[in-house]
Amino acid sequence: MSETAGKTASKIKVATVWLDGCSGCHMSFLDMDERLLELGSQFDLVYSPLVDFKVYPERVDVALVEGAISSVEDEHKIHNIRKHTKFLIAMGDCAVTGNVPSMRNPFGPEAILDRAYEQNVATQAQIPCVIVPALLEKVRPVHEFVKVDMYLPGCPPSADTFYTVLSDLLAGRTPDVASLTRFGA
Amino acid sequence: MTSEELLQIAEEANADREASDFEVNVCVALGCLSQHSDKLKDTLTAEAAAASPRTGKRCHVRGTGCMGLCAAGPLVRVGSAADAGAQTLYAGVREGDVKALIESLGGKPVERLTAHLDQYFRGQIPIVLENSGYIDPEKIDEYIGRDGYQALIKALTEMSPQTVIEQISKSGLRGRGGGGYPTGLKWSTVAKAVGAQKYVICNADEGDPGAFMDRSVLESDPQRVIEGMAIAGYAVGASKGYIYVRAEYPLAVTRMTSSLRDARRRGLLGNNICGTTFAFDIEIRLGAGAFVCGEETALIASIEGLRGQPRPRPPYPAVSGLWGSPTLINNVETFANVAPIIRKGAEWYASIGTEKSKGTKVFALTGKITNTGLVEIPMGMPLREIIFGIGGGVPNGRKFKAVQTGGPSGGCIPEEHLDLPISYEALIDVGSMMGSGGMIVMDDTSCMVNVARFFMEFCMTESCGKCIPCRAGTAQMYQLLTKICDGKASHADLDLLIDLCDVVKNTSLCGLGMTAPNPVLSTLRYFKHEYMEHIDHQHCRAGVCACGSKPLSELSQAEVPA
Amino acid sequence: MSAPVDVKTLVIDGVNVSGSAGQTVLEVARENNISIPTLCHLDGLSEVGACRMCLVEVKNSPKLFPSCVLKVEEGMEVTTASDRLKHYRQTILELFFAERNHICSVCVANGHCELQSTAQSQGLTHVRLPYRNPKLDVDASHERFVLDHNRCILCTRCVRVCAEIEGAHVWDIMGRGIDSMLIADLHQPWGESSCTRCGKCVQVCPTGALSEKSKFGAEHPKHPEFLPYLNMMREGQ
Repeated sequence: MSETAGKTASKIKVATVWLDGCSGCHMSFLDMDERLLELGSQFDLVYSPLVDFKVYPERVDVALVEGAISSVEDEHKIHNIRKHTKFLIAMGDCAVTGNVPSMRNPFGPEAILDRAYEQNVATQAQIPCVIVPALLEKVRPVHEFVKVDMYLPGCPPSADTFYTVLSDLLAGRTPDVASLTRFGA
Repeated sequence: MTSEELLQIAEEANADREASDFEVNVCVALGCLSQHSDKLKDTLTAEAAAASPRTGKRCHVRGTGCMGLCAAGPLVRVGSAADAGAQTLYAGVREGDVKALIESLGGKPVERLTAHLDQYFRGQIPIVLENSGYIDPEKIDEYIGRDGYQALIKALTEMSPQTVIEQISKSGLRGRGGGGYPTGLKWSTVAKAVGAQKYVICNADEGDPGAFMDRSVLESDPQRVIEGMAIAGYAVGASKGYIYVRAEYPLAVTRMTSSLRDARRRGLLGNNICGTTFAFDIEIRLGAGAFVCGEETALIASIEGLRGQPRPRPPYPAVSGLWGSPTLINNVETFANVAPIIRKGAEWYASIGTEKSKGTKVFALTGKITNTGLVEIPMGMPLREIIFGIGGGVPNGRKFKAVQTGGPSGGCIPEEHLDLPISYEALIDVGSMMGSGGMIVMDDTSCMVNVARFFMEFCMTESCGKCIPCRAGTAQMYQLLTKICDGKASHADLDLLIDLCDVVKNTSLCGLGMTAPNPVLSTLRYFKHEYMEHIDHQHCRAGVCACGSKPLSELSQAEVPA
Repeated sequence: MSAPVDVKTLVIDGVNVSGSAGQTVLEVARENNISIPTLCHLDGLSEVGACRMCLVEVKNSPKLFPSCVLKVEEGMEVTTASDRLKHYRQTILELFFAERNHICSVCVANGHCELQSTAQSQGLTHVRLPYRNPKLDVDASHERFVLDHNRCILCTRCVRVCAEIEGAHVWDIMGRGIDSMLIADLHQPWGESSCTRCGKCVQVCPTGALSEKSKFGAEHPKHPEFLPYLNMMREGQ
């Protein structure tokens, strides 16, 4: 009994985070299918859009961050995540490079908001000013805000990539990321 | 043209000169011209003509090249025509002074206009500038009157091309464009290269910020450059020369154009020069405002009518240059040194300077210095003597901080290295370089990070864009430097900047990119504390950066070294 | 019998190899299955030595040399892979990615891009430099092809293939430094230029800067390997 409890306590705490991205990385993560069961027995998923925890835990061992930093809320979140995480993985091109969200950068947030909320709207055109967090001037990859421990490029990284990387990390090996995935993969 | 004929022209020119009792030399090079010295010259001419019947003395008013001290212009040197050495130099002469100036001829000099510049001229050795300010640059005969073209005739009639090259090698002359490559070695490489057609190119695409040595030589003594090129043509076996001069130097272009015409008329260019089989002519090509065209392969591309972009070397232009032919490229000042070496001998030249850096070097002294202008000093003179002796030190009681040499390829030298004797090697040792001769003095109102940023901006806008490290690397470094100046940078940004310096320096295609990080590296070497103040305390001690400056009380003494 | 004088023996990455005089280090390395990354080089076109990916170390020289233009010499000792070179190549790739808007995931060349594949082969997983995100145009005025400046790395393969092989010289570079831009004719829309519609530039473009309209990703493999054959046939005439 105590042995089991001890095992549970020593399980690695994993979080996945969804910032400015399309959730495709999370979908690809789920595409590991039955292999998820095998990996899942080795860690606790303590925070994720896939489960129902509302608050980022105090101590997380590994966080997989999907999405770029686009708004003041993203910025706030990523600093909080970094503070409470031992090993932070930038998951997918949005987190690694800015990717599709960053395509607004050459135009600036005003032009984008105008296009989305004024020009392309048939009725009651207005730019939201409450509830929705303010956009940052530019969309930036995660590592421009906090230290990133591992980069997993790909749009999205394939399920096989996830499987190999997570297996390696759980086994204490350093995966050769570049041989598994690439920008845009 | 034989040497006898040349001598005759010289005698006539000098007799002509001495036929006047007095002469009034007005500098009409660009520095003084910008203060309307051309109008001043006209007024002086009219006043002298009006006074002549009354005094019974003949006075010749002459427009000359640069007299050196550009900041004190317009400069006028007057006195006995027979003894140029005893003439009086007047500074800051205005139209209202003309009457007094002409009146004083033969009497007491006008004290209030007299420039007391013993300190400025003491220690200078004019070789390249020996005629500047003494002859009318548009009169070839005045050049001949001061031993001009004797060297060319001597080379053509008494020396083999091989001997000429030996003399240049023995003199120890090195490229004055910045790199300091031994000139004799370059010449002999071109001479040995196989090719029916060879070319000589004079690089007059002077573009370093704060540098105007070559412009001054072209404006003040154009024939000297032509003579040097012709001798080089003879030595390496070239029959065709090009002067690649930037279009921003219109006066130099005008004077060079008329000088080429005069040299052709005197038979000093063209076929059968001096009755020999040697044929040589020179054309002018104008640069269109690209700094990178000072790089030899880009310059060649530009003359060929192509986009002014460098190409990888080897092959070097000495083997495959203009239109694939062996090509000799030297800078204006290098060519200007050739005639005196041939005339007076290699030993004489080699007796001036240091062990590895021979002869003199012309510097353009600018920035926070009392005597702004051109100086020609023997190699080996300590920087301190140039700046505080000849240059008169930093004005307005401010404190000297650094001197920048070598333009955007060079670096900033702090006070602690001011006793350094000037030579190619010594300057490289302290993280700068000789460069073409720009010398910008900075006082404590200059922020060294901002200075590095200025030069990086220069390199970024002047990068040709061909190779990626220079094209995008300079833009990234400029961005990082701006971030530091704005007080928004982190230590990681500084590390990235240092890393980029290394990459751009080692991977760029041509000299522009390879040396673009130098201003950053040298300011980091001597003024790292200024970088750290911007990063850690958002403090710019000179108070010029966007991050602002803070009172000393807000900065802990431990963290901010003096 | 003495050996033919035009054969040079040298060492590349510790392997004894030989090449004929006039051959480049890159050629000889590739003949011997030693891979050196390149972007601006393309068999069949003149060399410009601009992308700096193929820089190699030569023993007893502090300078690095672009192997695409470095001629083999007797006794030369070349190193094509070292930690230093790896770092330089990665940083150069970072400079490329940060220079313009290379959004691989939505690029027509995704999966067929030499910048993308080189980044992978050089082990680049992220870009440390801030992305510059310039605002650049897409020229879709041509009836068959598209020019997307966002993806251009200014390798000038298109400029060279058009001038040297097609003989039309439609393409060239305008401006300088970071503002350099590929232009058709005298900066006209591609569709209104003197383009002969041969499509060679599209085939040699290493990225998604030049592409065929309405083709994307897997449908858009490029075939730059036609060039050496074309040259061989021409020289054979």
